[in-house]
Amino acid sequence: MATEFSIPDSVAKAAEAEQEYGSEKMDLSMGPSHPSTHGVLRLQLEIDGEIVTKCDPVVGYLHRGDEKIAENMTYNQFVPYTDRLDYLAPLANNMAYAIAVEKLAHLEVPPRCQAIRVLTAEMARISSHLMGLGAFGLDVGAWTVLVLSLNQREFLYKLFEELTGARFTTSYTRIGGVMRDIPDGWLDNVGKFCDQFLPALEEILSLLTRNKIFTDRTMDVGIISKEDALAYGLTGPNLRGSGVPLDLRKDRPYSGYEQYEFDVPVGTKGDSYDRYLVRGEEMRQSVRIIRQVIKSFPAGDWYAKDARKIFAPPKDKVLSSMEELIQNFMIVTEGPQMPPGEVYFEAENPKGILGFYVVSKGGGVPWRLKIRSPSFCNLSIVPKVCAGILISDVVAILGSFDFVMGECDR
Amino acid sequence: MTAPIAAKTALKEKFPQVTDRASADHDAVNVPVGEVVAVLKYLRDEFAFDLLMDLTAVDWAEGASPRFTVVYHLFSSINLGYIRVATDCLSDTEPTAPSVVELWPAANWHERECYDLLGVKFTAHPDLRRILMWDGYPYHPLRKEFPLAGIEVPLPDDEVSAATGTAVIAAPMAGGPFVASPGEINLTEAEPRAKDESWSDRRPRPDQTGLKQLKS
Repeated sequence: MATEFSIPDSVAKAAEAEQEYGSEKMDLSMGPSHPSTHGVLRLQLEIDGEIVTKCDPVVGYLHRGDEKIAENMTYNQFVPYTDRLDYLAPLANNMAYAIAVEKLAHLEVPPRCQAIRVLTAEMARISSHLMGLGAFGLDVGAWTVLVLSLNQREFLYKLFEELTGARFTTSYTRIGGVMRDIPDGWLDNVGKFCDQFLPALEEILSLLTRNKIFTDRTMDVGIISKEDALAYGLTGPNLRGSGVPLDLRKDRPYSGYEQYEFDVPVGTKGDSYDRYLVRGEEMRQSVRIIRQVIKSFPAGDWYAKDARKIFAPPKDKVLSSMEELIQNFMIVTEGPQMPPGEVYFEAENPKGILGFYVVSKGGGVPWRLKIRSPSFCNLSIVPKVCAGILISDVVAILGSFDFVMGECDR
Repeated sequence: MTAPIAAKTALKEKFPQVTDRASADHDAVNVPVGEVVAVLKYLRDEFAFDLLMDLTAVDWAEGASPRFTVVYHLFSSINLGYIRVATDCLSDTEPTAPSVVELWPAANWHERECYDLLGVKFTAHPDLRRILMWDGYPYHPLRKEFPLAGIEVPLPDDEVSAATGTAVIAAPMAGGPFVASPGEINLTEAEPRAKDESWSDRRPRPDQTGLKQLKS
């Protein structure tokens, strides 16, 4: 007696469906408001099941036309706009812009001003990396890191507020100097911050470095070779994570970085975990630099006194002397006059190398100001790295890149 | 600092049309637009300029000739020096330059940005789309004749509606973002972004005629 076997309907249906839909790809728009895109980045993904087959980043949602705005205002008026590039490290942006214009004006700033700038830039680096690590941890499921790192960042913002009057948008530098000298006792507060920060940093890093979940999500994910990193113009911790020891603070020192001792950490494999390790170590090195700056803090002027055509003259002179009155009037209405020429200056910012290309035809406004933003260049490798991987890895890779869209879109 | 100088002399020997460019900081050369790819390849291969740091263009305003200059900034991670390579576009109305994506993939987004904002077309670029402005935007905003206040263009909301099947509601902005409309009495009325709950008691709630709805 023969038994008849027949395939149940559901299985047949599934087989039919697989034949019909098996190879169909789906378009998925990740962002522009997605928690792991850190702002308004949109990734146009083409996915096959869980695998990303194509990834096309769509940027520009935060484009404000900063370069056009710069062509229509004086050099000092543009300083607040640099805050809004990498808004997690405004002090570093301020410094890069000021040095670029000072190079155009052939202006030397005194050592005290340089030391203040280095100090604030390194503090900005710590605050930016803290946010970067916290957000990275959050992206791969570690809430605690964000809470602890934001706590530390808050101490830094208190210090920024004491120094500049603002927590986020500091606008601290001026062409040829800084807005004002450091307040009394501020250096001691920075020293105290460093003392309590190092143990806190170890605690934060210990939550991730040997965390099994974190290492599983990041190790061997998003590997970027040395050659690729250079070819795509990656800079900052993303480049050093791939093993290229390029750090402009060391290699082309500016603002007196050559006086300070620090190490440049590099990764070995170039995966997301290496980029995390590099950022962690850079914070320790920043503390090292800050301590050296405090120890050797120079006395003297905090702005270039000989830059008479750039700073407004003292108020009592303006009210009593014709010469100074005219000069004050010119600086207020037409801005500090710059010689014609073109300069390109790059500074090692927390996110990578931030460059300013200033073309001047003389006069008080730049003819062209191009901002070379590290986040923009770092993101250009995303289509290459994010092809053929899982969607969940895209989140881990974006977190490890630590980009800021304000800077990318300008 | 010696490597870029050596590069410059060698460059001028190999390419006789290369000339010095006035510069306040780094070494700089002017290159004819036809030779720019060869020059950049030579610099990359012989003098280890492995990083294309920046690629941009300068608009020297309407009436100037040459009007557009494309500027490359190269950096060597081995010799730690910069060199600036500038090339003038031949046409003042339809500027073009050869693409260097083949040499550095980094040039891909830089050239897209340069095309988007200044309208310099890069020949043989694999994917020359706009990058910061949206597809279909009709102007090149960094050109000197483009006004700072911008030019009003229709937003692609109908196309988005057609493609996605959802209604597109315009953002409540009068005269552009962060632009207060002139002649109003107080800031709440002048600045549409300001928190305004006054329509409950002082004037009626604005009607929804300005909002575009999909025909069902």
